[in-house]
Amino acid sequence: METAGGASACLPIRSDLDLVWVRQHARQAAAQLGFGLVAQTKLVTAISELARNTLVHGGGGQVECTPVSRAGVRGLRLTFRDEGPGIADLDRALRDGHTRGGGLGMGLSGARRLVHEFEIDSCPGTGTTVTVTSWVTGPPRPREEP
Amino acid sequence: MPEQEAAAQHGAPAREVGDFLRRRRERIARRWADAGLFRTVFGVSRSAHDDAAVETGRAVVDALASVAAEGRVADPDADGFAAVRDQLARTAAARSRAGLTAGQVSLEVDALRAPADELLVADLSGRPDTFVRECATALAVLMGTLRLVVTETELRARQEIVERQRPELMEASTPVVRLWRGVVAVPLVGTLDGARSQVVTEALLDAVVQQRARFAIIDITGVPTVDSLVAQHLLRTAEAARLLGAECVISGIRPAIAQTIVRLGVDLGSVTTRATLSDALGHALRRLGADVVAPGGTESP
Repeated sequence: METAGGASACLPIRSDLDLVWVRQHARQAAAQLGFGLVAQTKLVTAISELARNTLVHGGGGQVECTPVSRAGVRGLRLTFRDEGPGIADLDRALRDGHTRGGGLGMGLSGARRLVHEFEIDSCPGTGTTVTVTSWVTGPPRPREEP
Repeated sequence: MPEQEAAAQHGAPAREVGDFLRRRRERIARRWADAGLFRTVFGVSRSAHDDAAVETGRAVVDALASVAAEGRVADPDADGFAAVRDQLARTAAARSRAGLTAGQVSLEVDALRAPADELLVADLSGRPDTFVRECATALAVLMGTLRLVVTETELRARQEIVERQRPELMEASTPVVRLWRGVVAVPLVGTLDGARSQVVTEALLDAVVQQRARFAIIDITGVPTVDSLVAQHLLRTAEAARLLGAECVISGIRPAIAQTIVRLGVDLGSVTTRATLSDALGHALRRLGADVVAPGGTESP
C-alpha cells in the first residue's frame, strides 16, 4: 500500500517561468525526502523534459507533485496533465530521436530512462497524462501493482 | 418610492463625508503630512518634505472627496482614485524602499483614518447621533477602499518592476569575458530557457568575431539543470562557433549532471568538454602553443 508522506502540490505549467518554478519545487521536495544529489538531478531533469512537453506540445497544463512511500521507501510522484492534441503513436513518440518540435527528440524517451516508474496515457484529442515516480533508494520490492 | 428614500438616505452620509473632506481639506492634509505613510518620502530638507507631503495629502483628500461625492465609497475602481494612483504608487514604493512590507504599508494607510475621523466627529457635533455614526462608517469604508487601492497599486508597480528586470537580468547574466588572447568564456548562471539561450549564443559569437577568438568556453557550473533543450542549445552554439573558426569547450560539468546527460541519451561527443573552467583554459592554452605549468606540480592548473 502506498501512503502519502507529506503535502502534495499542484502547479500550473503555462509559461517558461512556470517551468523554472516546477523544477525548483521538485528539487526542494526531492531534497527534503532525502534524494541524493545524482538522484535529484536525474529526477529534476526528467521533470524539466516532461513539463516542457506539457507546455510546448500540450499547450500548457499542470503538474501534481506528491510524496509517496511504499514498503518503507520514500519517493516522489509527479503527474503531468494537459488537454492538448494528444499523441497518436505512443511507441513512436517514446523512441529516441523522434521529434515534432525541432528538438533533439530525447525528451520523452530520456525522461523515461531518468525515473524509476513511467506511465503515459494519451489519446488524440483528449490530451496527455504522464505519471513518473522515483524512489529515494531505488524501486522498493516487492513491487505491488495496482 | 421607499426604495428611493433608502437610496437617498444611504447616499447622504457619503455626500456629507465628501463635503466634510472638501471643507477640511487643508487641516486633514496637514495632519496626514505627519503620518508614517509620508515619512521618508519626499526631498531632503524638512520644509521641502513637508510641502510635498502636504501636497500629496491634498491630492488624496481631493480624490477621496470626489469618490465620496459620487457615492462610490466602496468601489476601488471609482474615477476619483485615478488621479492619485501615481502618487500613491510613489508613496508606497518609497515606504517599501524604507524596508516596510506590503502589510506594514497597508497599516500606515489605515492609520490615516483616525485623524480624519476625529475631525469628522468634531465637525458634525450637534447632528443626530445616528447620522454621525453613518457618516463615520462611510468614512471608514472609504478609507478601507483607499487601503485596497494602495495595495493594488503597489502590487502592480512591483509586477512592472519584475517585467522590466527580466530583459536586464538576461543580459546582466551573460558577460562574455576574455581569458587570454584568443580565448573567450561565458560563465552561465541560472536557467537557460528560450530567450536567454539566444542572448548567450549571440553574445558569445559576437565576442568570437570581435576578438578573433580561437576558443570559446561555455562554463555551466552555475546551471542547475541540463536537459535536452539546454544540451541542444549548447550543441548549436558549439556548431556556430566552429563555423566562425573557434573551438567551443564546455566546462563545469558536475558529476551528477554528467551521469544525467548520459542517461538522458544526449550525445555531447561532438563538443570538447572539461570538468572545470581551469581545465578548459589549460586545454585552450596548450592548443595555442603555450606551456602550461602548475606551480609546484606536474598537472595543469
